Amino acid sequence: MIYLVVKTSGMVLEHVEVANGIKYLKLEAPDIARSARPGQFVQVRCAAGCSPLLRKPFSIHEIDRANGTIGLLYEIKGHGTQMLSGSRAGESMEITGPSGNGFTLPGDPGEECNALLVGGGLGIAPLLPLAAELREKGHKTTVILGFNDASRLCRTEAFAREADRLIVTTVDGSSGEKGLVTDPMSGLMKREKINVIYACGPEPMLAAVARIAEVQRVKCEVSLEAYMACGVGACLGCVCRTKSIGGKPYARVCTEGPVFDSREVIWNG
Amino acid sequence: MDDARSDSEAGLRTDVKNCGKTGFITCREDGLKVEVKAGMKNKIRTDMEEDMKTDMTANAKVNMEVEIAGLKLKNPVLTASGTFGFGKEYSPFLDLNRLGAVVVKGLTLNPREGNPPPRIIETPAGLLNSIGLQNPGVDYFLEYILPELAAYDTNFIVNISGNTPEEYGLLAAKLSVPGVAALEVNISCPNVKAGGMAFGTDPEMAAEVVANVKANTRLPVIAKLSPNVTDIAAVASAVEKAGADAVSLINTLLGMAIDIKKRKPALANIMGGLSGPAVKPVALRMVWQTAEAVRVPVIGMGGIVTAEDALEFIFAGARAVAIGTGNFIDPRATISVIEGLEKYCLENGIEDINQLVGAARK
Ligand SMILES: Cc1cc2nc3c(=O)[nH]c(=O)nc-3n(C[C@H](O)[C@H](O)[C@H](O)COP(=O)(O)OP(=O)(O)OC[C@H]3O[C@@H](n4cnc5c(N)ncnc54)[C@H](O)[C@@H]3O)c2cc1C
Ligand SMILES: Cc1cc2nc3c(=O)[nH]c(=O)nc-3n(C[C@H](O)[C@H](O)[C@H](O)COP(=O)(O)O)c2cc1C
Ligand code: FES
Repeated sequence: MIYLVVKTSGMVLEHVEVANGIKYLKLEAPDIARSARPGQFVQVRCAAGCSPLLRKPFSIHEIDRANGTIGLLYEIKGHGTQMLSGSRAGESMEITGPSGNGFTLPGDPGEECNALLVGGGLGIAPLLPLAAELREKGHKTTVILGFNDASRLCRTEAFAREADRLIVTTVDGSSGEKGLVTDPMSGLMKREKINVIYACGPEPMLAAVARIAEVQRVKCEVSLEAYMACGVGACLGCVCRTKSIGGKPYARVCTEGPVFDSREVIWNG
Repeated sequence: MDDARSDSEAGLRTDVKNCGKTGFITCREDGLKVEVKAGMKNKIRTDMEEDMKTDMTANAKVNMEVEIAGLKLKNPVLTASGTFGFGKEYSPFLDLNRLGAVVVKGLTLNPREGNPPPRIIETPAGLLNSIGLQNPGVDYFLEYILPELAAYDTNFIVNISGNTPEEYGLLAAKLSVPGVAALEVNISCPNVKAGGMAFGTDPEMAAEVVANVKANTRLPVIAKLSPNVTDIAAVASAVEKAGADAVSLINTLLGMAIDIKKRKPALANIMGGLSGPAVKPVALRMVWQTAEAVRVPVIGMGGIVTAEDALEFIFAGARAVAIGTGNFIDPRATISVIEGLEKYCLENGIEDINQLVGAARK
């Protein structure tokens, strides 16, 4: 496993709004693109000075090794992402990464695997490079993307290119199937054998996915979020409660995660 | 293409040597060694080359070496405990050997789980944390972590916390081994219930802790002071009398934040310690008062991010400075501070950085 985090400056190549309050940012960052794996993240210094103070973590949404670029997909939430959203093509920003462990790809080469990828809201971000890599390795992929409503729907074309099958859900039914992102899972899993599930999104959604995976006895990996300061395992600020990772009750989301085996996670409430 | 590959491989080999390991870089807390592959030319390499260049100019012109309690430091820039792990976490970003010293995460006699999350939250120009001294315990450190640190050519200062004065003594005795350059006695942690800050806010108790540590070690002893007191000079004088060879300050200021959406404290522990640029004026004032009250060297910290910040502390009387939250903003903050201090000396005709200590008091 390669794990080599660097500090570099990424030049903005493309920065566009892809849905209401959601932006796609493409950066030239060959040092990061070269070793990045699906499920890893970068930390971006959104503005010079003290506001915001910390570098903000974002999942790597696209990895183009040949051209040395990475893509990010983010929601404008508060001050940091607001500042970030003002950067224009040609400008540079300080970033560190690739950080974190990333998803585990299915085992033996040649052994075809049927993978189910489930993303809710901005949780769709890390699933795109994962779908691309699974396809490259000859695995079959079904991707379910869940959004609140049609105004938040984005990047479905990019997913359609990488996935064998794409299902879109919205809570209010304004686009795709009406309902939660977990709704299509059970039917799908009755019809065919799924070997592995990968999920990213809000915690209640991940807990629901994990429950389904457990009932169906399917291996499941979830990507968690936590407030981060250092991003390299030094400050112990980003921990989550786990059952047994390394014999320790608290695991660092930035280094032991952000991807965890769903059975290891202790869900809140 | 092949040529380019082997070039960059050669480049990386050199980096790796700079890191103190050949062929492997240890980038993970679990000590997993990672093979450096050909074709992975990256920013580390250029940074490392820069590191070497500036090193040479520095040695030629300015004396950056300072002495703290008999301990010689290459330069006056340290890392603040709890913000830099055990050092190796930051080795992908910088050459640890360039630092004056690495002060490692606070250790306790037994492993500690720490506080429940959320543990950190950003506030205006500051950071609140309530880590609660999560650490693997002193025995684990001695067996698994310290041997790895031997690969580096810098000083490792170990920060210790106990529940009783006796526990501090026991920790000091255990840690008095080769590879540990000095002990920093944390009598100021706001995030633990027993001991911690309670020792640091009472001059008599602070002195008792320091005396216990002194009785159990021949290593230089640095007392880390709490800013959560009304009279910092009184605590500083008390620990000096008890035998402290140096004092460091400030630890974090007790604070809190409330999540208005949830109508709940933002940190699970309710209160936490404030650090970062927001605390700098308070830290600087306390360093000033402390430097006036004691004769032992003062290590100043609290909100230092740039060389200019560090100069303020040095002018106020700090012999050395430490960078904490600054590492989160820029993982290479320590290196830019070292370079900035050298540059300041060069530009102002200062041959020895020690000349600047307390400059604003004269
Ligand atoms: C591993 C990881 C991957 C992520 N990937 C994405 C992604 O691909 N797309 C995306 O839109 N968002 C992602 N996030 C969340 C993103 O980091 C936050 O939305 C962002 O930091 C908000 O910053 P702000 O200043 O705009 O908002 P603020 O108003 O400061 O905060 C809004 C919320 O963002 C989160 N947040 C703020 N600061 C931090 C921090 N330093 N570390 C972690 N979380 C923080 C907190 O939940 C906070 O309540 C990810 C988070 C993590 C931990
Ligand atoms: C996340 C975090 C963890 C810390 N852990 C410790 C610790 O274990 N022991 C200690 O003495 N100080 C600890 N501190 C305090 C710092 O060493 C330093 O005194 C303080 O943060 C002020 O410096 P700064 O503003 O540069 O961060 C911690 C600070 C932070 C932010
Ligand atoms: S963010 Fe510092 S340990 Fe994870």
